[in-house]
Amino acid sequence: MELLIIFISALLVQNFVLYYFLGICPFLGVSKKIDSALSMGLAVTFVMSITAVVSWLINNLILIPYDLGYLQIVSFILVIASLVQLVEMFIRKISPPLYQALGIYLPLITTNCAIMGLALIAALNEYSFVETVIFGFGSGLGFTLAIVLMAGIREQLDLSDVPEPLKGAGIALIVAGIMAMAFNGFIGMLT
Amino acid sequence: MTELLVPILTMTILGFLFSTGLVLAYKKLKVEENPKVERVNEILPQANCGACGYSGCRAFAEAVVHGKAPVTGCPVGGEETAALVAETLGVEAGEMIKMVARLHCRGTIEAARSRGAYSGIPTCYACHLVGGNKQCSYGCLGFGDCVEACPFDALYMGDDGLPIVREDKCTACGRCVDACPRNLFELHPLSQEILVFCRSEDRGPLARKVCKAACIACGICARACPDAIVMENNLAVITDFKKIVPEKIPEIEKCPTDAIGRIHKEEGGDEG
Repeated sequence: MELLIIFISALLVQNFVLYYFLGICPFLGVSKKIDSALSMGLAVTFVMSITAVVSWLINNLILIPYDLGYLQIVSFILVIASLVQLVEMFIRKISPPLYQALGIYLPLITTNCAIMGLALIAALNEYSFVETVIFGFGSGLGFTLAIVLMAGIREQLDLSDVPEPLKGAGIALIVAGIMAMAFNGFIGMLT
Repeated sequence: MTELLVPILTMTILGFLFSTGLVLAYKKLKVEENPKVERVNEILPQANCGACGYSGCRAFAEAVVHGKAPVTGCPVGGEETAALVAETLGVEAGEMIKMVARLHCRGTIEAARSRGAYSGIPTCYACHLVGGNKQCSYGCLGFGDCVEACPFDALYMGDDGLPIVREDKCTACGRCVDACPRNLFELHPLSQEILVFCRSEDRGPLARKVCKAACIACGICARACPDAIVMENNLAVITDFKKIVPEKIPEIEKCPTDAIGRIHKEEGGDEG
């Protein structure tokens, strides 16, 4: 039950994009087409899941036993940067079109604060190993859900009559804000 | 001392572990690139200006190697670069069809009726926003946004109020196509003789009233060449340039308003 709550809360209630407002850059940058948004979401989910595992291992096997808590941020950066490199190589090998479609946003996962936030929040909440895995996976899916929903709305927005000054980023941010309000309604699920 | 050494050692070991992992992964997942891309990239001017339509010299090099872009596609490097690229790839630069920009309007100051004096910002874009200075709402506005946009000095305004393309200088970069608010420019092969010089979708009587050179949708050309020309939205549209045989050209030239016909009517004449 505890695990289910962690999963649902990471997926919907405390959604990284719409609750913590982390990872807004790819959220706005890659949400113009559902296809590429979905791929981006899956890439982020992958990086998040692995980051959660590896950073838990480093945190609990090296940093905490040797009292090196102050190295948390530095070592997590190392983990994330290496993992993104790995994902980049992997995607380039297996799917060049996807590599082209993600473009600059793929290496930018490195600087996606949602992933750093995930590692730090997991460490802060002192999750167990299994909880961390669930939390990482759920957060990744939450990001995917948010970005795909956004892409769906933005594809529709292209067809609608948006006032001239709000075209592009303006209306995208307004939509993101309304989505965040809607997602805040999920808070009632946990109390 | 140990307090200082422990974090340094920890980070060094961690860093070493991760980099070893990455090196191993790289060896497994390495992607072989076509070496021609690198060679072509070296020939290009590295201005990364985007005039070719790609996001930079490297992207263009990739497109050329994969046959998506012509070797002559780099307007900055010009013929020299094209020749070098062609040599690298083992094709002939001369095989490529030279394209030029063509204006699809013959509404000169004389031919097209004025809508009244326009004294706003003297650009086509501004004039287009308020509806234009001609009664024809499809025709050339004549403020020369295209001339401004042309990076190769291949366009100039003629005395008749329409821009003229210098075919020898035009590199078909497409800037004028983007610049014209009424989309009157299109890129066509230099060798192509016949063109529709009008974009008006007004109905015949109205089109004739506002401009002497408008297509009035009479359909003479479409009847002469049914496979190649169709009437769409009160406008003649050439669907297949290859199907216009030379014998049919005189019949097409019977157009009462000269809205369709040869680009070069007589030697050294109008280049519009």
